[in-house]
Amino acid sequence: MSAPAANPLPLLERLPVALRDACTNWLPESWRWLANSLLSIVAVFVVFATLFALLTLAERKILGRVQNRPGPNRAPLPFLGLRTYGLAQPLADGIKMLTKEDIVPRGADRVLHFLAPVALLAFSIMTFAVIPYGRTLLPVELDAAVLYFFAAGAATELAIFMAGWASRNKYSLLAAMRALAQLISYELPLLLSVVPVVLVAGSLSTSVIVEKQGAWLFGILPQWHVFTPWGFAGFLIFFVAALAESNRSPFDLPEAESELIAGHLTEYSGFKYALFFMAEYFGMCALSGMGVTLFLGGWQAPFPALGFIPSYCWFAAKLLALLFVFMWIRATFPRLRIDQLTRLAWKFLVPLALVNLFTAAFWVLSAGWAGPLAFARWVVAGALVIGPFLALGRRLSAGLGPRSYRYA
Amino acid sequence: MSLAFLLIAFLTVATAAVAMALRNLIRSALLLVASWAGIAAFYLWAGAEFVAFAQVLVYVGAISMVVLFAVLLTRPSRDEAEVTPASAGRLLPALITGGAVLGVLVGAIVGSPLRTTAKPPPPVTVREIGLQLMGPHAAALVVVGALLTVALLGAVVIAATSRPADPGEPR
Amino acid sequence: MNLSPLHLCLLFSSALFCVGLIGALSRSNAILVLLGVELMLNAGNINLIAFWRYGPAPAEGTGILFVLFAIAIAAAEAAVGLALVIAVHRHQRNIRLQEANRLRG
Repeated sequence: MSAPAANPLPLLERLPVALRDACTNWLPESWRWLANSLLSIVAVFVVFATLFALLTLAERKILGRVQNRPGPNRAPLPFLGLRTYGLAQPLADGIKMLTKEDIVPRGADRVLHFLAPVALLAFSIMTFAVIPYGRTLLPVELDAAVLYFFAAGAATELAIFMAGWASRNKYSLLAAMRALAQLISYELPLLLSVVPVVLVAGSLSTSVIVEKQGAWLFGILPQWHVFTPWGFAGFLIFFVAALAESNRSPFDLPEAESELIAGHLTEYSGFKYALFFMAEYFGMCALSGMGVTLFLGGWQAPFPALGFIPSYCWFAAKLLALLFVFMWIRATFPRLRIDQLTRLAWKFLVPLALVNLFTAAFWVLSAGWAGPLAFARWVVAGALVIGPFLALGRRLSAGLGPRSYRYA
Repeated sequence: MSLAFLLIAFLTVATAAVAMALRNLIRSALLLVASWAGIAAFYLWAGAEFVAFAQVLVYVGAISMVVLFAVLLTRPSRDEAEVTPASAGRLLPALITGGAVLGVLVGAIVGSPLRTTAKPPPPVTVREIGLQLMGPHAAALVVVGALLTVALLGAVVIAATSRPADPGEPR
Repeated sequence: MNLSPLHLCLLFSSALFCVGLIGALSRSNAILVLLGVELMLNAGNINLIAFWRYGPAPAEGTGILFVLFAIAIAAAEAAVGLALVIAVHRHQRNIRLQEANRLRG
């Protein structure tokens, strides 16, 4: 984590790093780096584990409210008997998961069966290292941070195969293969939608990408990437691909109850299932965090007048907004079949992401246009974004007209 | 030499050796993936971060998938992926050949005085790699792109089934 | 016998190369042979990075570029090799290399 070199930041902004330094200043110089890193890891893990617990509750509450029912509101605090409007539900779920019997099928590969959730969780946590949570809150400053993030994300796919194979269940294996097909298909739009951001920012480092979005147009409009034509399209493609990469509805074919019970997780129970669940939520949080960093300006405030609010609060607000949209989408859309979702990835998102790269290149090359040409720049870029979207959408959905129902 | 390098080297060679010797093909493939990750750790130790992340992304993230799919599609029975271990008739000549090659290489390495720089190198930034790829090595980049495209199209054509497609299949 | 760090890196890559060589020569399953070949390619990459790190001009990045291209080509070769293995399996129902010894099926 880096400290500012110029004029000191306000107190709230400096608070996390000051706390960490206060804890480790008494150590000798050679140990301080290790202690700082360990404290950062513990802090990130504690924050996101708590967020995971609250997210499980938030998801059930939001789904409940969208479906016109209250959601969980009965779990009381232990020994106290206080009803807390459902806030103790994650505690109850945690206790249930920990006390369930851990069943391993008889012919299963015990080593792989044990290693699969461990490997998945390890790589999911590793992706948290390069997301800038605040102005001075970047755990690891890497020159190739975006590449590291996607490399760690790609390694999680191996754990899904391990889970499907180790269960010695032909339906688990089949579901693991389908999950892998989905993950591999959507990795391409995910990476291709990030390439324009790297093109415009000129760096793979997340802190540089966030700082490049720090200017304000006319003094009040934030120049986040999402407010440009290519950035808007890129953000939408990234968001859809992130939905699919974290196995969220409407792409939750691998873990839907009506599809081969629980897919590759069928033979997992108790704590291992909780670890898979946790890894999925961590993947969701990490991808949302990366989306906020790349497209929504990271920890930048939207208006300069609101700059007194600390940067990590802005990051948290944007992250929670994206997570809310994840859950809102889950409550709204029906599930896609495997052929529909691979078709969406290969025939729709990949060509759009490639055209988006071209649009971003045009945007960079026309950066010098001013006056009425600036208006022309927006029109051309907007046409390059909307035209292929409409054309491809029309062509792919040709023949799939509105349904006509016949009531027998 | 630093303990980190010795640990990485030992783990990588050990996992690779066990991977080449196992009967269970899936465990063999997964151990080899672990040795690829060990090689990525070596690249990180040597300061080549970009190559380390590229190694993880390409080998652990993609080639491992291809290998595992191939293992699953070519296994003899539905539930397991056992292969016959190396028979003595094949193992002995292989060991002799491998040992001879190792002897020649070790002799050559230990016997040659190699000049090394004393100080750690300045880190090569991603920007410089990008400038090199788009500047002097742009032709090689285009050729590698064309080669990858042709190779993967060829792989799809070879591996796809030779049954003629039913006219009723959705396209 | 003074072994500089470069010598130790080269010994590491030689050991990995020979492990891959022995594996490729001794196993009769085509996929294991391909995995041995991949190990040998990786050992070559380790050599390149070792020479980049301890060579006279590490700031140039030539070693890194070489390794990037080598990784890309190894990926293409692995894909084509495994596609061939699948095609052989379709033809002869197993992938023992001793049985793939006829030019005409």
